[in-house]
Amino acid sequence: MSDQTTSGPVLAADGTPLKRSLARALRMQKLRALALIAPLLLFVLITFIAPIADMLFRSVENQIVQDTLPQTVEALADWDPSASEVPDEEVFRALAADLKVAVKAKTHTRLGTRLNYEMTGASSLFRKSGRRVKKMDPEGDASLKEAFIGIDKKWGEPEIWNTILTYSPKYTNGYFLNAVDMQKGPDGPEARPENQQIYMILFGRTLFMSLVITGSCILLGYPVAWILANLPTRTANLLMILVLLPFWTSLLVRTSAWKVMLQQQGVINDVLVWLGLVGDDARLVMINNQFGTIVAMTHILLPFMILPMYSVMQTIQPTYLRAAKSLGATNWTAFWRVYFPQSVPGIGAGSILVFILSIGYYITPEIVGGNTGTFISNRIAYHISSSLNWGLAAALGAILLAVVLLLYYAYDKIVGIDNVKLGG
Amino acid sequence: MTLTKTILATTALTFAAGFATAQEMSNDMTLVSWGGAYQKSQDLAYLKPYLEMHPEVSATWDSSSNEAVAKLRAMNEAGNVTWDVVDVVASDAIRLCDEGLAMEIDPDTMLAAAPDGTSAAEDFGDLLVSDCFIPQIVYSTTVGYRTDLVGDTPPDDICDIFDLEAYPGKRSLEKRPINTMEWALLCDGVAKDEVYDVLGTSEGQERALAKLDTIKDQVVWWSAGADTPQLLADGEVVMGSTYNGRLFSVIEEQKQPVAMLWDAQVFDLDGWIIPAGLPEDRLARALDFIMFATDTQRLADQAKYISYGPARASSAPLVGKHAELGIEMGPHMPTDPANAKNTFLYNYEFWADYRDDIDAKFQAWLAK
Repeated sequence: MSDQTTSGPVLAADGTPLKRSLARALRMQKLRALALIAPLLLFVLITFIAPIADMLFRSVENQIVQDTLPQTVEALADWDPSASEVPDEEVFRALAADLKVAVKAKTHTRLGTRLNYEMTGASSLFRKSGRRVKKMDPEGDASLKEAFIGIDKKWGEPEIWNTILTYSPKYTNGYFLNAVDMQKGPDGPEARPENQQIYMILFGRTLFMSLVITGSCILLGYPVAWILANLPTRTANLLMILVLLPFWTSLLVRTSAWKVMLQQQGVINDVLVWLGLVGDDARLVMINNQFGTIVAMTHILLPFMILPMYSVMQTIQPTYLRAAKSLGATNWTAFWRVYFPQSVPGIGAGSILVFILSIGYYITPEIVGGNTGTFISNRIAYHISSSLNWGLAAALGAILLAVVLLLYYAYDKIVGIDNVKLGG
Repeated sequence: MTLTKTILATTALTFAAGFATAQEMSNDMTLVSWGGAYQKSQDLAYLKPYLEMHPEVSATWDSSSNEAVAKLRAMNEAGNVTWDVVDVVASDAIRLCDEGLAMEIDPDTMLAAAPDGTSAAEDFGDLLVSDCFIPQIVYSTTVGYRTDLVGDTPPDDICDIFDLEAYPGKRSLEKRPINTMEWALLCDGVAKDEVYDVLGTSEGQERALAKLDTIKDQVVWWSAGADTPQLLADGEVVMGSTYNGRLFSVIEEQKQPVAMLWDAQVFDLDGWIIPAGLPEDRLARALDFIMFATDTQRLADQAKYISYGPARASSAPLVGKHAELGIEMGPHMPTDPANAKNTFLYNYEFWADYRDDIDAKFQAWLAK
C-alpha cells in the first residue's frame, strides 16, 4: 500500500493529483484577477486602443475612389497609362454614369477633395463636373469625351486619369510615401520635388530637440532632486511645493509667461539692456525659434524629471556615502562611484517620461516655436484640423509611434527597462 | 370695442401659432463660434434678443469654430452631431458643403427678405459663395502699424511691409500661404487681376516665396488672431497683419498707438452653416434662429459691438454707433469707401484647389 503511493503522483486531500488541484486553484485566482481588471481592460480597449487602431488604419485605407467611381475604375483597367493618351469613350461613359450616382449622394466633391491631395485642381474639377453631369446622357450617342473636355480641359489630359488609376486600389501606401517626402511615380516610389520636402526635416528636428530638452531637464533637475532628497523632510516638503506649483499651473499660462519673459521687448532683454550688457538696438532674439521652444518646454517638463529622480534618491542610504568617504574616497569619487550609479534608475525613468512627452508636444512649439522650432506634431494637427488629410496625419502619427517604440526597444537593450524606477 | 376684439383675436392667434411651433421645435440649441469679442457681439446682437422672444429656449455657446471642420467630420462619422448652428469662415463652409457635412440652404425660403421686400438672395448677392453658407459679416485681413515706431512718414502702401529700409524692425504675418503669397506677388510687380494666374504656376509660387525671402528673418509668424495685437501692443513688431476687428479693439478700446493700413486689405466672409442630418425638431429650431439672426436689423446690430461689416446690402445704412464707446462705426468698417479704396478679394475656388500644394511648399520654405 505504502509502496504504491510513493511511486504514484502526490494526491491532494480529496484524492485528485496535487498538481492538477493546484493548477485549478491558480486558474480560479487568475480568473478572479481578470474579472477584477476586466472593466478597466474593456474601458481601455474601447476608448483607447480601438480609436488608435481605427485612426492608424486610415493611413492605408483608400476605398473612396473605388466606392465613388466603380465603373470608371473597372473601365480604366484596360487603359495604358504609359501611352500618355486620354482613355477612350467607354471610360467617359462609365465616368458619367458614376458621377450621376455620386452627385445624388453628394460624394463627388468628397472624392475631389481626396484626389486634390495628389493632384492640384481635382477639387474644382469634380465640383464643376458634378454640376454639369446632370444633363449628360450616358446611354445617348453624343460623344461624352468631348462633353467632359468641354467642361474642363483637364479631362483631356492624362494627369487626372493617371491619378485616378494610381489611387484606385482599396489600400494605398501613398500616405506613407508622402509622410517620408516621397510620392507614387509612374515607376514606383520617387522623391518629392525638393521644394515640397518637409516631413523628414520635421521628424529629425523633433527627435533632436526632444533629446536636447531631455538633456537639459537632467542637468537642471538632478541637483534639485539631490537637494530635496537630502534635506530634512519638513524643508523638503516645503520646497517640493515650489516644484509642484508650476506643475499645477495651466500649460498655456506658463507658455505665455515665457513669451513675456523672452520676447525682444520682454523682461530679460529689458534687464540686459538696463545693465548695459546688450545694446538697445541689439536685443537678443530668444523666442519664436528653437531656443524659445527648448527653454519653455524644459521648464514645463522639468517636474516629470525631478519627481522620479527624487523618489529614487530618497531610497539611497546616506551611510553608503559616509562609508565610501571613511574608506578614503574624495567627495567626487564618493558621488560618482557610489551615489550616482544608484540614482541612474531615476534618471532613466525621468528621461523616458520627458522624452516621450516632448516628442508628441504640440501647444508650446505652436506658440513659441516660430518657424524653426515647430515639431512634427504641429503638422499632424494641421492635417487633422485644417487640411482634413486624415490619411496623411495617420501615416505621420504611425511613423512617430513606430519611432518611439523603436527607441524604447533600444533603450531596453542598452540600459535595460528593469533599471527604471519611479520610486521605492 | 371691435379694436379690442381684433387685438384679442390676434393675440390669441399669435399665442396659438407660437404654441404650435414651439411644440415641434427643440428647446435646446448649441451654437458654435470663435469665442472672444466676436462671439460676444453675436451673443448681444442675435442670441439675447432671440431668447427674450423665446424664453423657453436654452442656448449654449461652444467656442470651437477654429476646428469646426474636423469636429463636424468626426461627429458625422460617429453619427452624433451635437451642434445646431455653426459659425465658420467662407472657405470652411465650402469644404463642409463639399464633404456633405453642411446642409444646403435655400435663401428665399429660409432667410428673411429685406424690409423693402428685396429677396434675401438678392440682398446677400455675390456673398452667397456656397450653397450651404449664410453670410453674416465681411471682415478683412489688413495691416496695423505702431504710429510711434514708423517715423514721420507712416506706411500707406501694402508693399511697405517689404520695405526694410524705410521701416526697419520686425513685422508679423500669418503662418499660412493665403493672403501672404498674394501680397508678396502684388509687391513684386504683379497686377492685381493677374495675381491668381501667376500664383497658379510653380514659377509664380517660387516668385512669391523669393519675395518673402527678402524679409524672412524679420518676420514673426502668427497663427492665432490675438498674436499680432499683442505683438503690436508690446512693441515687438512695427507692423503686422491681422483681422480688422482685432485692430479696432487695439486702437479704440485699448488706446494703443496703433493705426491701420487699409491698402490691399483682403476681404473675407464669415457666416453660419447648419450641420447636415439634424433631427427635425432641432433643425426647425436652428432654422427659426437663423431666420431671425440674419435679418437686416440683426446684422446691422452686430456692428454696434464689433467693427465688421454686415453682409446684407440693406443693413449698411442702419449701422450706428458703438454700444459702449459711442463712436460712429461706419468709418471703421472695412467696406467703408475711404477704407476700401484698394481691396483684394479672396479667391475661394483657387485656394480650394491649390491649398494643399502651395501649403506644402510654403511650409517647406518656412522650415528651411
